[in-house]
Amino acid sequence: MKRFLGFVKKEFYHIFRDSRTLLILFGMPIAQILLFGYAVTNEIKEAKIAIYDPAKDEITEAITQRLIATPYYQLGAYLDNMEQAEEVMKANKVKQVVMFEPGFGEKFQRNGTATIRIISDATDPNTANTLQNYSQAIILGFQQEQQAAAAQGSMPQIAVQTRMRYNPELKGVFLFVPGLITIILMLVSAMMTSISIAREKELGTMELLLASPMKPIQIILGKVTPYILLSIINASVILIMGYYIFGVPIAGSLLLLSLEMILFIVSALCLGILISTVAKTQQVALMISLMGLMLPTILLSGFMFPIENMPGILQIISHIIPARWFIVIVKNIMLKGSEFMMIWKESVILMGFTIFFLAVSARKFQVRLT
Amino acid sequence: MENEFSIEVRDLTKMFGGFTAVDHISFEVRHGEIFGFLGANGAGKTTAIRMLCGLSLPTSGKAEVAGYDVFRKPEMVKRNIGYMSQKFSLYQDLTVSENIYFYGGIYGLKRKVIFQKTEELLEKLDLKHARNTLIRDIPLGWKQKLAFSVAILHDPQIVFLDEPTGGVDPITRRQFWDLIYEAAKAGVTIFVTTHYMDEAEYCNRISIMVDGRIEALGPPAELKTRFQSQDMDEVFVKLARG
Repeated sequence: MKRFLGFVKKEFYHIFRDSRTLLILFGMPIAQILLFGYAVTNEIKEAKIAIYDPAKDEITEAITQRLIATPYYQLGAYLDNMEQAEEVMKANKVKQVVMFEPGFGEKFQRNGTATIRIISDATDPNTANTLQNYSQAIILGFQQEQQAAAAQGSMPQIAVQTRMRYNPELKGVFLFVPGLITIILMLVSAMMTSISIAREKELGTMELLLASPMKPIQIILGKVTPYILLSIINASVILIMGYYIFGVPIAGSLLLLSLEMILFIVSALCLGILISTVAKTQQVALMISLMGLMLPTILLSGFMFPIENMPGILQIISHIIPARWFIVIVKNIMLKGSEFMMIWKESVILMGFTIFFLAVSARKFQVRLT
Repeated sequence: MENEFSIEVRDLTKMFGGFTAVDHISFEVRHGEIFGFLGANGAGKTTAIRMLCGLSLPTSGKAEVAGYDVFRKPEMVKRNIGYMSQKFSLYQDLTVSENIYFYGGIYGLKRKVIFQKTEELLEKLDLKHARNTLIRDIPLGWKQKLAFSVAILHDPQIVFLDEPTGGVDPITRRQFWDLIYEAAKAGVTIFVTTHYMDEAEYCNRISIMVDGRIEALGPPAELKTRFQSQDMDEVFVKLARG
């Protein structure tokens, strides 16, 4: 035990005396959560739109007013003819053009249908999509009101009410906090561990440790313990910042969340050890961690892009990424307040990964010695 | 357990796939002897030394180090040996005393013993003023001497030195060998590999490895006579060329 503590102490010396390591460990999580929370957001405010309205009647005026009154839009220009639509968009003056057909109000009153064309600048597809959805919702709302007014209670109307649950304001940061916890835990546990073990190999000190009476398992535990502690501290910092600065709730049990985190940390540590058994130098360990762990974790875990939208083959691949399951677990516990019974499937899968990685890395490390 | 030899090797062999790195080598090293283990790069020296230290399992053969079978009792072997590898083996970002404390700790020395030994060691190496200096900030020669002293901190029966003096100036090498002699006089068996033939002359006995086999073994003077050579350089070149 005393040997072990001495080893852990040495490991902390390494960490605290290397400014780069410190920066990655403590600077990055904070920088990332601030970035994701403040800068990277899907919400769009005050996008400029152009209106082409040859009808100029009561109804088109009303719809236009409605659009502009929302915080999402700002009137960029009134167009005189359809050709101008192309011009203003090419000149980057507006993001969207709303076109009413001639005689819009009259047709709407008489036939009950009239056409509005909404053209969006899709050079940025996400923005275009969001804007499209906003304006559709606004126009649909208007239409329902009109219909309700026309019916005057004579005919029962179906009122469609939509509601966004768990994240009613559609705040991006709600999704980013669980995602960030996942990425940071992966980074600190897997990448830092693999680099620190590879460093001992590169410097030749690993030979010395192996030639000492310390057992391989003691060496490994001594190397990973500091990173377990730091991972937990990091995860707590992100949770606290998310809660106090961005108001991300922790609806479920904190204990359950912590246990799931530890499970994920252990599986990430095993991946780190696994990488270190292959990598002889710190650079190689870094490259394998980045390409083999960080990229899939960021891109395929559902953190950045919804898994449902991926091509089939990538969806299949995403199943073997532990982060995919972990993000679901964290999201459910934090935002929905899920109990264990609702996330047992994901938890069992994550546990399966952990046991598998643990077995393989222990075996690999033994093999390396012979 | 008391036995005449501190290292006894019989037909020790290590194969990597189809390649035989160490090919049936046999030798003994007596207590307190300085045994030079010579050979060109790739002759199998490091592989042999790794097997003797319990870092690598032999394919076949038998080796006893400090009275224990390296195959069956590697833990007991590790307890009784010191090891200094060819790569530099102190932590650059730890201070002199932190390094000593760390290595004392992993060999299970008591805190009090470590502190006492640290004082003795710093006194002997004239490093007292540098106790809180990071290893990366002290000169290479000192580092090397410190690494050796740390390798014998736990009073091992045998110390394995794998090219300990690579890249060191002649004066420091001389001083380093003074430390080796001192340790040998205190009864520590020294097993050393080297590239420098003048260092080979300092050894009580040497063996020369070529392509995984031991081609010659004996005191330096005897080998020079046997191969009718002026110095060890010539002996080495004659053997290595076949």
